[in-house]
Amino acid sequence: MAVRKPPITTREYWAPGHAACAGCGCATALKLATKAFSEAMEEKYGDPNAFAIAQATGCMEVVSAVFPYTAWKVPWVHVAFENAAAAASGVEAAWKKLGRKGKILAIGGDGGTADIGLQALSGMLERRHNVVYLMYDNEAYMNTGIQRSSSTPYGAWTTTSPPGKYSIGEDKPKKWVALIAAAHQIPYVATASIGNPFDFVRKMKKAAKVDGPAFVQVHCTCPTGWKSPLEKGVEIARLAIETGVWPLFEIENGDFFNIKIQAPGGGAKVKREGGKIVAIEFKKPIEEYLKLQGRFKHLFKRPEAIDEMREQIKAMWKVLGVDVTLPKPEE
Amino acid sequence: MPIRTVMKANEAAAWAAKLAKPKVIAAFPITPSTLVPEKISEFVANGELDAEFIKVESEHSAISACVGASAAGVRTFTATASQGLALMHEVIFIAAGMRLPIVVAVGNRALSAPINIWNDWQDSISERDTGWLQFYAENNQEALDLILIAFKVAEDERVLLPAMVGFDAFILTHTVEPVEIPDQEAVDEFLGEYEPKYAYLDPAKPITQGTLAFPAHYMEARYTVWEANENAKKVIDEVFAEFEKRFGRKYQKVEEYRTDDAEIIFVTMGSLAGTVKEYVDHLREQGVRAGAAKLTVYRPFPTEEVRELAKKAKVIALLEKNVTFSVGGALFQDFSRALVNLDERPKVVDFILGLGGRDVTFKDLDEALEIAQKALNGEEFDEVNWIGLRKEIL
Repeated sequence: MAVRKPPITTREYWAPGHAACAGCGCATALKLATKAFSEAMEEKYGDPNAFAIAQATGCMEVVSAVFPYTAWKVPWVHVAFENAAAAASGVEAAWKKLGRKGKILAIGGDGGTADIGLQALSGMLERRHNVVYLMYDNEAYMNTGIQRSSSTPYGAWTTTSPPGKYSIGEDKPKKWVALIAAAHQIPYVATASIGNPFDFVRKMKKAAKVDGPAFVQVHCTCPTGWKSPLEKGVEIARLAIETGVWPLFEIENGDFFNIKIQAPGGGAKVKREGGKIVAIEFKKPIEEYLKLQGRFKHLFKRPEAIDEMREQIKAMWKVLGVDVTLPKPEE
Repeated sequence: MPIRTVMKANEAAAWAAKLAKPKVIAAFPITPSTLVPEKISEFVANGELDAEFIKVESEHSAISACVGASAAGVRTFTATASQGLALMHEVIFIAAGMRLPIVVAVGNRALSAPINIWNDWQDSISERDTGWLQFYAENNQEALDLILIAFKVAEDERVLLPAMVGFDAFILTHTVEPVEIPDQEAVDEFLGEYEPKYAYLDPAKPITQGTLAFPAHYMEARYTVWEANENAKKVIDEVFAEFEKRFGRKYQKVEEYRTDDAEIIFVTMGSLAGTVKEYVDHLREQGVRAGAAKLTVYRPFPTEEVRELAKKAKVIALLEKNVTFSVGGALFQDFSRALVNLDERPKVVDFILGLGGRDVTFKDLDEALEIAQKALNGEEFDEVNWIGLRKEIL
């Protein structure tokens, strides 16, 4: 009987037994990312283990490397919160001198990447180190107890953006680090989501195989910080894609005129011109994404804030060159 | 054959780095150390040094890249000063905690505010509690030699701690002096290849470095840094002896000058030691029984040697280019700690001087001597004295 090849390797680099919360979307992201990396290394260098990780302080760091245990079956180093990219630069330089084949994976959360680590990231990308930087974006400082980061979306509750009489929650639009990374004109930049694991794995493999730096920003759910049901992580992440909240795109060599957009699914009507997506008519309202998360609960008493969110999402898609229509829920 | 030439301390530091053959160098320019990465860039550009030189965007990333490279198992070097060292501070702690033998050349410079590019030791003194080894050079030859020595000590398995070598801003960094450049082969024999014992970021033997430690383990991890510092005392003596045997230049943790029958011993570090030796000669001509001592090694603090020194003097006069608030200078605290439980001990008088590049002249030292003599004669004296202070502009 023919045995079907599994869609992704059964090798594990992020081992069971780590201390992440139940339902952690970021743990899923790291598991998939390292598997994809391993496949890419096997295809590129003939050695599935030819990689090392430099990771920033954050929840995925503290849950995976509690002395004397480790969840990592790959060489791994953590230095501090803001310097995963700089530390990875050093590892990459050392590997080059040691004549070691392979690639370095740098991992940081949104706080460690979009805020405190942005300078080190920019330096690493500009210097063209052969490093893939994976930003796992759970949209707040979850490790320190759910404080807002510059990657926290408009309207979200966090402990430092509480809704109140004078506040709708987070009052600034989300910072899109993938676009900042792409402005460095590096070979490969992508956004991804655990809501579309096949797309994510494809992108991680592509990132791992390019020569030079690559940046992948993966949207992953945090049931603790998002106040969402443990078992609905992938569903929520998928809804972010299907409602237009989370765009999936790729930018190669900083070519903003040829951004590759991935179709969102969820019944959205996609209009293409010359193979490029130029307009998307989403069918599912963003409320379907928002309503599953306690962090947006207060917005349902403030419909004007949800309308503002729709405007911000449209503006963000406009930067990507796509004209989107975002429906309101039926009355 | 060694080459005898003239060069600035910055060039001497770059030459030391070249001779040590680090595989990765990461640096960001800062006055007065800029010439170090510039010179190293030339060496790399000319193929004289086969290293990856990462031109980072900040000192924070410089030391972070060094930690990454060192964690990957290669010899690593950087240079900085003042605000640059301060920006590294967080990672300076981490490098020691992770037991990575990185060597940093520090062009000792004052810290802001007010911004000041000239010499004092506040930058590296502020890093004294990080676990790093600290050496201070009196002249450009020492800057070169101590960097080679620092690599050897840092990489010793009984130590495995990072090390910084300080040399005074402008007084040394930009001043041309005769320097002997040792033979590459002799340095190769002295240092050897850096081959870490354990697998470092090797996919064939994956290990996890830089973990989180709960209260059950953190203290023990810190203790190993303490223990390594203690071990370094013996290792430094061994390496000094080996260096002397191979290169003919003698180093001591505490170097004494005309101390044998001294009543007052002036103790200092760095380039000021040269001035003080001359000053002691000048005093001897006048019949003043003064001596001098230089701390070549500041961390680990040479407690035993300091106790031996204290036996010889009635007054220890500390000349310090740094301030530890409420205490005086850092050396005052260190000497107090070394001597506090001795039954018989000299008086210790502290002098803060030369901050922000102010010249230290014989006139200033006369002022210090006068106060030290009060202590010697059993008169009242101030324990902490700011020398050369322009009271008229306060």
